[in-house]
Amino acid sequence: MNHLFKINNRLIPLVVTLILFVFMYAFGMFRYTNFSSPQVFLNLFIDNAFLIVVAVGMTFVILTGGIDLSVGSVIALTSMVAASLLLAGLSPFVVFPLALLIGPILGFLMGCCIHYFHLQPFIVTLAGMFLARGLALLINVQTIPITDDVFRFMARTRIPIGDYFISISVIIALIVVGIGVYVAHFTKFGRSVYAIGGSEQSALLMGLPVGKTKILVYTISGFCASLAGLLFTFYMLSGYGLHANGLELNAIAAVVIGGTLLTGGVGYVAGSVLGVLMLGTIQSLIAYEGSLSAWWTRIAVGVLLLLFIVLHRVILLREEKRKDKVGSMEEKESKAS
Amino acid sequence: MKVNTPIIEMIDISKIFPGVRALSNVSFRLFPGEVHSLMGENGAGKSTLVKVLTGVHNHDGGTIQIEEQPMEVISPLHAQQLGISTVYQEVNLCPNLSVVENIFIGRELMKRGFIDWKKMNKRAEELLAKLNINIDVTKELSTYSVAIQQMVAIARSLNISSKVLILDEPTSSLDVNEVNQLFECINNLKKEGMAILFISHFLDQVYEISDRITVLRNGEFIGEYLTEDLPRLELISKMVGKELKQLENKLNTEEKEEEPSKNDLFLEAVKLTKKGKIQPFDLKLYSGEIYGLAGLLGSGRTEMARLLFGADKVDEGEIKMKGQTIQLNSPKQAIRNGVAFCSENRKAEGIIPELSIRENMILAIQGIKGWFKYIPHKKQVEIADEYIRLLNINPPNPEQLIKNLSGGNQQKVLLARWLITNPNLLILDEPTRGIDVGAKAEIQKLMLELKDEGKSILFISSELEEVVRTCRRIAVLRDRQKISEIKNNEQIDHQYIMQEIAGGN
Amino acid sequence: MMKSKLFWPFVVLLILLLINFIHNPSFFAIEIRNGNFTGGLITILHRATPLILISIGMTLVIATKGIDLGVGSVIAISGAIAAMLLSGSFGESNSLFPLFVAIALAIMVAVATGLWNGMLISRLGIQPIVATLILMTAGRGVAQLITGGQIPTVYYSPYSFIGRGHVFMLPITIYIVAIVLCFTFYMTRKTSIGLFIESVGGNPTASRLSGISSKNIILMVYVFSGFCAGVAGLILSSNVMSADGNNAGLWFELDAILAVVIGGTSLMGGRFFLMGTVLGALIIQTLTTTIYSLGIPSNLILVVKAVVVLTVCLLQSPEFRKKIVEIFSFRKSVNKGKGVKHHESSL
Repeated sequence: MNHLFKINNRLIPLVVTLILFVFMYAFGMFRYTNFSSPQVFLNLFIDNAFLIVVAVGMTFVILTGGIDLSVGSVIALTSMVAASLLLAGLSPFVVFPLALLIGPILGFLMGCCIHYFHLQPFIVTLAGMFLARGLALLINVQTIPITDDVFRFMARTRIPIGDYFISISVIIALIVVGIGVYVAHFTKFGRSVYAIGGSEQSALLMGLPVGKTKILVYTISGFCASLAGLLFTFYMLSGYGLHANGLELNAIAAVVIGGTLLTGGVGYVAGSVLGVLMLGTIQSLIAYEGSLSAWWTRIAVGVLLLLFIVLHRVILLREEKRKDKVGSMEEKESKAS
Repeated sequence: MKVNTPIIEMIDISKIFPGVRALSNVSFRLFPGEVHSLMGENGAGKSTLVKVLTGVHNHDGGTIQIEEQPMEVISPLHAQQLGISTVYQEVNLCPNLSVVENIFIGRELMKRGFIDWKKMNKRAEELLAKLNINIDVTKELSTYSVAIQQMVAIARSLNISSKVLILDEPTSSLDVNEVNQLFECINNLKKEGMAILFISHFLDQVYEISDRITVLRNGEFIGEYLTEDLPRLELISKMVGKELKQLENKLNTEEKEEEPSKNDLFLEAVKLTKKGKIQPFDLKLYSGEIYGLAGLLGSGRTEMARLLFGADKVDEGEIKMKGQTIQLNSPKQAIRNGVAFCSENRKAEGIIPELSIRENMILAIQGIKGWFKYIPHKKQVEIADEYIRLLNINPPNPEQLIKNLSGGNQQKVLLARWLITNPNLLILDEPTRGIDVGAKAEIQKLMLELKDEGKSILFISSELEEVVRTCRRIAVLRDRQKISEIKNNEQIDHQYIMQEIAGGN
Repeated sequence: MMKSKLFWPFVVLLILLLINFIHNPSFFAIEIRNGNFTGGLITILHRATPLILISIGMTLVIATKGIDLGVGSVIAISGAIAAMLLSGSFGESNSLFPLFVAIALAIMVAVATGLWNGMLISRLGIQPIVATLILMTAGRGVAQLITGGQIPTVYYSPYSFIGRGHVFMLPITIYIVAIVLCFTFYMTRKTSIGLFIESVGGNPTASRLSGISSKNIILMVYVFSGFCAGVAGLILSSNVMSADGNNAGLWFELDAILAVVIGGTSLMGGRFFLMGTVLGALIIQTLTTTIYSLGIPSNLILVVKAVVVLTVCLLQSPEFRKKIVEIFSFRKSVNKGKGVKHHESSL
C-alpha cells in the first residue's frame, strides 16, 4: 500500500490531469455530435501549436524554480520583426534566423541578470516583458499583414493523416516536444535542471554547473518563445504588437496543470503538452456550447490552477509528515532485506 | 595495516578572515586506512580547516601536501578531482531526484548521446551493496530516511573513486540504529584503505570509531593523539582549555546549599519528549534559582529549551506551571505565561536586522499587548534608553539599526527584549557565546541580579566555569538525553562536570 | 535613512515636472474653471490616484516578503459590480441609496478577494506569487462574467461623483487617497501593526519566537491590498461611467510593484516607505503624462518602464554594487564573494 503510494506521488497531478482531460473530451463527444470527429482532436494541436512550443520552454524554466513572464511579449516582438522585415523586402530565409535570434538574446541577458546579480526571475522577466512589448509597439502600432509566399505556404499547407489533416506548425511543435523530452530526461543538462530545482545549494556542492544551466534555461525559453512567435505569425499571417497578450499566464497554467511543481524540481515536458491540450479542450467545449461565453475559459483555467496548486501543496505537506514517521520503518525495511 | 606516508598532510595552515584569525599554524595528517577525528569546541576552526582542505576557502599560510605532492586546492570540484569527497551534516543531495541520479549526477554514464539509465541503475546497486544497503535505487531520495540519504552521499563519493572521505557531523540527525549502520559502513571503507576524516560532537561515537584524534582550540593546533592514549577527560580539557579565570560574580556558598522550597516551584516538565530530538526528561524549575544545562553542542540542550518555550511541538509528556498542566503550542502562549527564550542563534532567530535597537527591544512586549495597544513612541524611547543604560549598550542610540551593532551588543538588545516583558522564567541559550569578556561578565552579573529578584533562569552554556559559578543545580546532557542532575556545592567544579559529560570511564 | 530613500525619487519627480514646465510654461499654473481648480499638477495628481491606492496596499504586502498579482483583476471586478448594479433602471434616479449599496458591495467583494489570497498564503502556505497568480488569471473572467461580457454604461449621475466630482474645488479622488493614506499612516505608525509587518518581513523566525502571530499579519495585508484595489476600481469605473472587464486596471499590478520598488521598499521585505511609494506612483503617472504631452510615441513608456525596473533592481542588488565597486577599485586577488559568505554563516 505504502509502496504503491510512493511511486505514484509525483505522478498524481499528471494522472489527475489525464483523467480530467479524458473526462472532458468524452463529455464533449457525448454532448456534441461534431466533437467526436478526429479532426477536432487534431485541431487542438493546430490551434495550440505555438502554445505547446512556449510551454516546453517554460517547463524548463519552472523546473529550475524560476518563471518567465516575457514569453507573450517575445512572441509579439518576433511576429512584428518578421512582418516588418518582410515588408522591407527581405527574403523569408533571412527573416527566419533573424527572428529566431530575438528570444535567445533576450533570454540570455535575463538569465545573466538572474544568475550574476541574484535578482528575482519574476522581476527580471517582467522587465523583459515590458521591453519586448514596448519594442514591438515602437516598430509599428498597426497590424502588418504578411503576403509572403513562404509564410503563406507554411500557414496553409495541410498535411493529410488519413481523411484528416494537420499543419506544418504541428510537426514543428511535436519535434520541439521530442527534443524537449530528450533534453530533460536523457542529457546531463536536463538532469542538472532538475537538480537545481530540487536544491540549488546541493547542486552547487555536487559540482554541477549551476550558473551555466540557469542562464541556458532562460535562453532556451527565449528561443522557444521566438519559435512560437513564428508559428503564431504563420497562424495569424500578420505582425502585431499586441499579439499574444497575456499568453504567459496560459503557458504557466499549462505547465502547472501538466503536473510541474511551481517551486521547481518535479515535472514532465510531456505533461505540459497535456496541459496545453487541456486548455485547448476547455476552449473548444466553450466554443461548441455557444451559449457559454469566452470568459468562462479564464475562470475555468483559474479554477484548474487552484486545484493543481492546492493538490501540489497537499502532496508536499503529506510527504513531509510521512517522512517524520516513516523514517524508522524504512530503516527496518532495508535491514530486513 | 598502517602505511607510513600520510595521504594528506597540512602543515602550518593559517587562515585570516577580516578581523579574525580563524586558523593559526594548524597541522593535520591523514593516513590511508584510518579514521581520524577532528575535535574542538564550536569556533575552534574545524569547519574552516575542512573548508580549506576542500577548496571552499583558500589559505593564507602553510602548505597542503597530497600524496607528498604540494598542492593548491582551488575549488570543491578540484578537491573531488583530487579524490577528496565530503559528506556534510545536512545531506547535500537533491531530494527530488532518484537515488541513482544523486549518485551519478554531474558524471552520468552516456551511451550514444543518451543517459544510460540501465547501466547506472546497476552500478548504483553495486555501490550501495558495498555499504550493505539494499534499496530500490530508482525511487526518489526523499522517500528514504536521513541515514540512507547519508549512505547515498557516501556512495556518491565512492563513485568518484575517492581516497579521502570527510564526514562532517554525519550523525547529528541519526538515531542509534542508524549510527551503527553508518559505522559498519565506515569500518568497511577503512578496511579497503580509505582515509576518513570524522567530525562529531558525540564523544561516544568518536571513541567508538576513530583511531586518531587531532584537537583544535581557538584556531590553534593543540595536539595529535592516538585515541587509545587519550582519556576522555583529557580530551575535553584540551578542547575547552584549562584556564580558570575567577570572576567576582559567584554564587554564595550558602546559597548553593539552600534547598529549593516547594512553594517556589514555577515550572515542571514530566517525561517531555520530541522524537529524534530529545529523549523523555523531567525537569523542575524554581523561582529565584539559576538552573544550568551542561553538555556538548548537539547534546539536546537547545531542543529541551525549545520544548519548554513552545517553539517545537511536544510529542509526549506534559508541562506543569505552578502545579497546573498547561499547553504550550506556540511561543506566543509561552510568552503570555511568563516564559522568555533567548535563542543561541542570534542572527537567524533573534535580531530583525533592518529594525532599530528600540524596535527590536519592544517587539516581544508589543507582541503581548497586541495590535492596538501601541506603546507611544516617546515611551518606547524611554524604555530603550533605560535598557541601553542598564545593559551598557553601545552605541547608546535607540535609533541605530541592530545589524550595525557588535555581537555582544546585539545580545544585550535581545536580552532587553525579554527583560522588558518581565518574565518569570528566562531561558538563556548560550547568551555569552561570541562576545567579549567584559560583556560576558556583565551578563553573568545580570543573571545573578535577576535571580535575586526571584526570577527563574534556565542557563545553557558550553563554558562550564560559567555554569558552575552561577547555577544551583545543573543537568548534564549527553547524546540527546538528560544523564544526571548535579547539586552544586564546593566539591563541584568544571572538571567534575566534564567527567559527567564525557561519561564512559 | 528615511531622507536618503526619498531623495532620489523626489529629484526624479522634480526633473520630470521641470521637463513639462519647459515644454509648456503654463504647466504649473493653477486656475479656477467652473469653480474648481484646474492645472497640470492637479490633473497628474487626479490621474495618479488609482495607482497610488493600489501601491499603498502593495507596499504593505511587499514589506511582508509577499506580492499581490491579483490587484489588476480586482480593479476590474470591483468596477464591474458597481457598474452592473447602477447601469439598470437607475438612470433617472437621484436617490443616493443605490450608490451606497454599489460602493458597499464592490468593496466587500474586493475585500473578500483579499481574504482569499491571504488565506491561501497564510493558512495553506502557498507562495505569494503562485497564490495570487490564480486571481490574476481567473479574475478578469469573473469581471466579464459579472458584466455578461458587455461594457455596461452607467447613466446614474451620482456615480460620476466618485471619479469626477469635486469638493472644495478639488477632485474628490484626491481626498479619497488622502484619507486612505492617512489611515494607513495611522495604522502603521500609531499602532503596532507597522512594526509587526516589518518584523515579519525582516525575519519571520525571530518574529515567531518573539510571540508575533505572523499568519494574521499576512492575512491582513492581503485583505488591505484587496480593499485598496476595490476603491481604485470604483474610481476608474466611475471616471468613465462604465466597466471594461477586459482592460480596466490592466497591468496595474506591475505598475504598483514598480512604484513600490522606486519608493525604496525592498522586494525582500522588511522596511517599507509609504511616502516613497506615493512618490513612485507619481513618477510613473508624470512619466506617462510627459511622454504624451511631448508627443513621443506612447509605446516608449513600456520600454522606459523596463529600463527603470532593471536599473532600480540592479542598484538594490548587493552583488551588482560589489561588481561596480570592484571595477572602480583595485582588483584584489580575493576568492569570489562566495567563500566569505560561507564563513559569515558559520560564525
